Amino acid sequence: MIKGKVFRYGNDVDTDVIIPARYLNTVSETELASHCMEDLDADFVNRVKTGDVIVAEDNFGCGSSREHAPIAIKASGISLVIANSFARIFYRNSINIGLPILECTEAVKAIKNGDTVRCELSEGLIVNETTGESFKAEPFPDFIKNIIDDGGLLNYLKKRSGNEL
Amino acid sequence: MGMTLSQKILAEHAGLKEVKAGQLINAKIDLALANDITAPVAIKEFKKTGFNKVADGEKIAFVMDHFAPNKDIKSAGQCKICREFANEQNIDNFFDVGKMGIEHALLPEQGLVGAGDLIIGADSHTCTYGALGAFSTGVGSTDMCAAMMSGECWFKVPSAIKFVLRGKPAKFICGKDIILHIIGLIGVDGALYKSMEFTGDGIKHLSVDDRFTICNMAIEAGAKNGIFPVDEIALEYMNNRFKREVKIHEADADAEYEKILEIDLSNLKPTVAFPHLPENTKTEWSETAIDQVIIGSCTNGRISDLRIAAEILRGRKVAKNVRAIIIPATNEIYLQAIREGLAEVFINAGAVISTPTCGPCLGGHMGILAENERAVSTTNRNFVGRMGHFSSEIYLASPYVAAASAVTGKLTSPEDLL
Repeated sequence: MIKGKVFRYGNDVDTDVIIPARYLNTVSETELASHCMEDLDADFVNRVKTGDVIVAEDNFGCGSSREHAPIAIKASGISLVIANSFARIFYRNSINIGLPILECTEAVKAIKNGDTVRCELSEGLIVNETTGESFKAEPFPDFIKNIIDDGGLLNYLKKRSGNEL
Repeated sequence: MGMTLSQKILAEHAGLKEVKAGQLINAKIDLALANDITAPVAIKEFKKTGFNKVADGEKIAFVMDHFAPNKDIKSAGQCKICREFANEQNIDNFFDVGKMGIEHALLPEQGLVGAGDLIIGADSHTCTYGALGAFSTGVGSTDMCAAMMSGECWFKVPSAIKFVLRGKPAKFICGKDIILHIIGLIGVDGALYKSMEFTGDGIKHLSVDDRFTICNMAIEAGAKNGIFPVDEIALEYMNNRFKREVKIHEADADAEYEKILEIDLSNLKPTVAFPHLPENTKTEWSETAIDQVIIGSCTNGRISDLRIAAEILRGRKVAKNVRAIIIPATNEIYLQAIREGLAEVFINAGAVISTPTCGPCLGGHMGILAENERAVSTTNRNFVGRMGHFSSEIYLASPYVAAASAVTGKLTSPEDLL
């Protein structure tokens, strides 16, 4: 189960602030995580705890294709990102590496910074434990659900041979 | 219902007669590319899966361009990982220092991408090749890894916005002004998940370089791809260069578009995107002093961009307290700039010429900004901290505006210089 405190951000959070390019000379997940969100919220890495949740508005993860962005977020301890919408490469990358993401405008509207949020990912159920409100996110298409269930794209591909989706 | 140009290419590569927006497909790709930042992640995943052979080494390209020539020990290590993997897997399209250039200028120049292709790249600006009538789109390293393993990639078939370009652009207006104007119009998520298909009688006035710039920044509107139909101008570029067969697709007359926007190119003015989003476009501004000018990148580092810069800088000097950094996007462009005497113009003006590299565009090296500094740059993103300190500012512009600003030391439209 996913449960944690909310870090709340606005529109167009780009991959350059999620993980600045000056740290892209490594593939170490822990090193990337130690600079996560550095140019937007310098204190993020000091406050984030395993299980915490990012809630943002439109077009989260826009910009570069760097997979280091969802990798840094996941390795920092974040268990879920909820947004109104995601930039498409970030969306693909998150699914592919197994970082849970949900699109839910109602939840984004209601959830505040510091709230405690719980989520049942398979049902897309988001509960704000601070206020007691609950929200239902758009379900993923089956194909994407299967990738998530298999633990990412490469495991999915390994399990299946051939061409079918 | 007919298909868009992008959908036609996807259908063909998926072995399907027809695809529809929203449909999930698996398609064979013609080329998958990655660079010194994204390839190491893909290689790490590849090795983790236990695979020991790529599906087809001829359909993979690695370009060492972001932090190359290497800026530090860690970057050197990243390039080393790529170099060793390329040798081990017989990946001939490995472009190292001396042979490399900025990937999205280099691969078209080398004839590795062209009309009718389906290309993916672990770099968001892979959408550049739509200028030649290819469907090309940026993905992440895991997708790159999957493509290396299988030669295929999954896609959600995109819907499209059609941009009908009309009229002839005025002097000083180039591809950069057109795409910045469009992003200003629709916003940084205005084409999210969609294709941007460019058409109309105005495209005959746009060089291949203009089209590369326009398609390159489709991602800056959130788009999956940008694409032009193949005409004489594109064919002339690919002739004697493109290594595969040119395949010309056309959008069906009854193709469905989410939106159709008409852009009158003759009305456009030199356009600048102010910090910190490419959608913050302006054509008029109050005095804005600057510290640095960058002319280069996968967006505007081609020979026509350097010719524009030289047109402005010839016989003029870069202003005191301004660093002007000119980065030819490939070695071939660099050599051409020397042959045409452009290099001499730049050096006489007090600018510096760099080896091909993405370098400062993403805050890597070769022109990082200090606290509160401002740059006018022909690159593609002006996000917070993109070129250096988080308080620094980037003004995205055409090479005309960038060169004119280098001369005056403040953000300047080329019309105001003459």
